[in-house]
Amino acid sequence: MRYAYYPGCSLDATARPYGESVDTVAKLLGMELVEIDDWNCCGATAYMNVNEILSFCLSARNLAQAHRSGDPIVTACSACFTNLRKTDAYMAESQDLRDKVDEALGQAGMHYDGGAVIKHFLNAVIEDVGLDRVRALVKRPLKGLRVAPYYGCQIARPYGIEDDKDNPTMLDRLLQTLGATPTYFPMKTICCGGSLMGTSEDVALRLCRNLLLCARQDNADCIAVTCPLCQINLDAYQGRINKTYKTDFRIPILYFTQLMGLAFALKSEPLGLQRCIVPAANVLARFTQEAV
Amino acid sequence: MDSGQQTVLYEQSMDPGFLDEVYRIHGGEKIKDCIQCGTCSGSCPVSWAMEETPRQIFAMIRAGMRDRILESLTIWTCASCYQCVQRCPQEIKITDIMYMLKRMAIRENRRRSKHARALSQYFVDIVNKYGRNRETTLMTKYMLSTDPLGAITAAPIAISLRMHGRLPLGGSKVRDIVGLRKIVAKAQELGGE
Repeated sequence: MRYAYYPGCSLDATARPYGESVDTVAKLLGMELVEIDDWNCCGATAYMNVNEILSFCLSARNLAQAHRSGDPIVTACSACFTNLRKTDAYMAESQDLRDKVDEALGQAGMHYDGGAVIKHFLNAVIEDVGLDRVRALVKRPLKGLRVAPYYGCQIARPYGIEDDKDNPTMLDRLLQTLGATPTYFPMKTICCGGSLMGTSEDVALRLCRNLLLCARQDNADCIAVTCPLCQINLDAYQGRINKTYKTDFRIPILYFTQLMGLAFALKSEPLGLQRCIVPAANVLARFTQEAV
Repeated sequence: MDSGQQTVLYEQSMDPGFLDEVYRIHGGEKIKDCIQCGTCSGSCPVSWAMEETPRQIFAMIRAGMRDRILESLTIWTCASCYQCVQRCPQEIKITDIMYMLKRMAIRENRRRSKHARALSQYFVDIVNKYGRNRETTLMTKYMLSTDPLGAITAAPIAISLRMHGRLPLGGSKVRDIVGLRKIVAKAQELGGE
């Protein structure tokens, strides 16, 4: 199956292991990811603080570029995903917004009609590839690995994946298929603070501390994430959390695509496992040896 | 206006036009439907850190308490997680209203808007230049401008990311940057709320 792939800005930088593992895993799953030609930044949450129409126009430009092929659009970043879907939904609701976006895009000879199919990579794996196909690829089941399924906020919200909004199970089911044990993780859709880590660090640190605490309560070996911002907040700031709260967390924060690759018996390097700040080697030792 | 002592607000200090400003954004008029149930405040993961909870903010909007809201820490504590939007029984687009309040506060150079304004402004500058965000540049500029001392304590995190290949120098950019800038300019003109 072919997709118009929107990597977004983080997957080249702080979320590089996400980009690497998505690429690696997609190949095995038979998903052809064709990068959207000349894509631009989605505006994240920062543009909404500046100008609402501009924020919609940024995503609409990407939608226009992507929709040319007619392939479904897939992205792995939850913020990009939300912005794409929200823009598409609001344009469908409002003629006024459509007119304005059209006028702005017209400046560069572009146009977006609406109606693109937009999926998070997790969506695409579950709905298009299917868990049966995933199961068939599992060569090294992640037996005994206890994983807290952390969806994060934006992937589950109004414009989010087709799943229960309060208790989504897509990631849980995927982890089970990989042979891992999803832990009881009632904070699975509670926000990590996102960019508050930059602007109100004390607030974001507490949110992340609570998430780590919750993961530990059901003895999770690691946390699986679906969003670059969740990953960096829980991983890169885990030391700072420990210092602030006098805790001793050492919980690896892994992208679900990294865990897929492990279960498919891939080597750890193309999955970017060496890029975890909180080292994952100990927890994953059983699964990283004798790579096929 | 708010001395911390004053408990009664006088009509003169209210801005009856404030509600109209809120109506102007997409879905803004839904604020009329707010029943003050408090589901937003109860759902919010950061209401504990706010001065006024989201429910209070909506009552204050309707009362026209423009200054108090735009000076409040509440709007800067919202992480845009959409939990309130998900659960609001009246389907009010709360996150969008919070975004709008942030835009107003930034535009009017309100107290406490400094950090978010800096972050947004650097972000916009980078995207205008390259069409894509460059996280390394953004983090460096932001830290140095808002909190040089904090930048020192943040250095270990940056160094560790860099050592793990996650803070590259440079980055890719949009080919048709001229076209993108035209779109941005027009959108800014159309979106002058």
